Amino acid sequence: MIKVFVPRDSTALSLGANRTAKAIQAEADKRGVEIVLIRNGSRGLFWLEPFVEVETEQGRVAFAPVKPKDVSSLFDANFTDALSNTAKEHSLYLGLVKELKWLKKQHRLTFARAGISDPVSLDDYIELDGYKGLKNALTMSSEDIVKAVTDSGLRGRGGAAFPTGIKWNTVLGASANQKYIVCNADEGDSGTFSDRMIMENDPFVLIEGMTIAGLAVGATQGYIYLRSEYPHSLAILNETISKAYNAGYLGDDIKGSGKSFYIEVRRAAGAYICGEETALLESLEGKRGLVRFKPPLPAVEGLFAKPTVVNNVISLATVPIILDKGAQYYADYGMGRSRGTLPIQLAGNIKQGGLVELAFGATLRELLYDYGGGSATGRPIKAVQVGGPLGAYLPESQFDTPLDYEAFAKIEAVLGHGGIVAFDDTVDMAKMACYAFEFCAIESCGKCTPCRIGAVRGLEVLHKMTSGQDYEKNLQLVRDLSDTMMSGSLCAMGGMTPYPVLSALNHFPKDFESQHK
Amino acid sequence: MSDTLAAADLIKIEAHIDAHKGLPGALLPLMHAIQDDIGYIPEEIYPQVSKAMALSIAEVHGFISFYHHFRTHPVGKHVLQVCRAESCQAMGSEKLEAYIKAKLSVDYHNTTADGKITLLPVYCLGNCACSPSVMMNEEIYGRVDMKQIDDIVNEVIHD
Repeated sequence: MIKVFVPRDSTALSLGANRTAKAIQAEADKRGVEIVLIRNGSRGLFWLEPFVEVETEQGRVAFAPVKPKDVSSLFDANFTDALSNTAKEHSLYLGLVKELKWLKKQHRLTFARAGISDPVSLDDYIELDGYKGLKNALTMSSEDIVKAVTDSGLRGRGGAAFPTGIKWNTVLGASANQKYIVCNADEGDSGTFSDRMIMENDPFVLIEGMTIAGLAVGATQGYIYLRSEYPHSLAILNETISKAYNAGYLGDDIKGSGKSFYIEVRRAAGAYICGEETALLESLEGKRGLVRFKPPLPAVEGLFAKPTVVNNVISLATVPIILDKGAQYYADYGMGRSRGTLPIQLAGNIKQGGLVELAFGATLRELLYDYGGGSATGRPIKAVQVGGPLGAYLPESQFDTPLDYEAFAKIEAVLGHGGIVAFDDTVDMAKMACYAFEFCAIESCGKCTPCRIGAVRGLEVLHKMTSGQDYEKNLQLVRDLSDTMMSGSLCAMGGMTPYPVLSALNHFPKDFESQHK
Repeated sequence: MSDTLAAADLIKIEAHIDAHKGLPGALLPLMHAIQDDIGYIPEEIYPQVSKAMALSIAEVHGFISFYHHFRTHPVGKHVLQVCRAESCQAMGSEKLEAYIKAKLSVDYHNTTADGKITLLPVYCLGNCACSPSVMMNEEIYGRVDMKQIDDIVNEVIHD
């Protein structure tokens, strides 16, 4: 029977994938065409969802985007025989998936499996090289696992880019009767969805990565702190974790090794600040998500005051391939001190939005135009915000900056979690600067003064500026305030809110001036 | 809408409290369990929660009031969340927000007069490649326009 694939990822669902799947099954039944309908993950070509694939002897062939109204014409064209001439003539025919330029040019390491099969199938996962990293890890000493991760050059993909191996080594070296692995799945940055894509499209790789982390540092309990805005991720994680327990990949005596590891998903409750690791730990402990002073580092005194690895979803999901193919394999990708790949998320006003995993070093321009195809509205791209709501706005003159942690730091910007939000020339950057302060005021945990008060006052001063009151004086005030926030805040919330504000002011001064003149 | 707690709800809540006793960091999953079950977290139960979790009532209140997701009053039959974050703004979400507020005749954090829909802002649904996005209950919608808002709203209003 011919296999037909319709993704079940949230973005595919948001564009009607369930209706498309239903329509395909109903039409097949009506016409007596025997098919096996598989709900696979998404490959991340989101502008083409629902992205339907049909299996052929030459590989899978794509038809996209498929709406329910297209289904009847697809059957008319005999699309289930996707190599036939009639299928090729259909307007939604895209050809062999493996030949699609957008995918072919990417370096899919962390996302090697995303979109290929049914994400909740453990058998599929294993068939597609899953659990090979864990198999190797089970034969290695903790020190050797940590060394592999250190040698790979992997840095925290949540945004802070701290070397993962060094963090693990601290936890490994701490002595305690209990240690924890905490997965930060509180992906709150606008313009990012790579964590969600791992959890919905290849959840076992995260489970495997956490298990390896547990073996590496001697932790037996893992928590996934998952944002409440991701109900589909929650369902898929719970289903797959339960399958992993039943198959002996979690629990006591993992695959006869005598080692134990347990994972539990904890739902967050809509506070952006809980993406900050210490606020996250407070929240997991059942408290308000207030940022902690550091030191002590979570690696020394983390969850319930025990040594804790807190890693982002992508960092943990990248560990299995490092343990499978070796540290050098991963480190061979990238540039400078940014080793490996970065899953980049193209978002906002972009024609071809989705997930692009590439070795570090590609430029913003390549991402925005070669992959993104320019703006969705067809107007010039005026600015992009990289790295979420605390990331700087970059003007066209900086689009040739390579995606590299150090290169971004040099232009007072951040790569963060790899989200790129594009804006066309209708955007008012003064308004975006106001929004940055407004967001900080809403989401500040309130513990430190520069952030709690600074955001509120900053918004007031910007409003005064743009309404023409004492422009020069208030401009100086915003800069002074930003300086105080950057130097005096406890965490990145207050410390980086000035990034979008100042970059908007520095690169787009006309947007502020035009309103006061 | 009355906030008075029905006896049946109280029994459910007590069962949730019992089920979470002894769990490390129990307060977070316990509050989710209660809100998922009866739709909100009634303030009347703070004493029971504080006793079972060995916390002061102030700590329980402080916890619940900190998180945007938790609410202490009933909401409408359906919850419509509209994304206000940058990616959606880049695709015209401000106009969409204004349209939704006018259509439902409510502002954020309020419920329509017929008790059917509560309108909430949300800061990112992780659907940013297909902005603007909204979520009705747990159904997510991308590349939403005004016509589609009409469809989404009409579907729940008539059920």
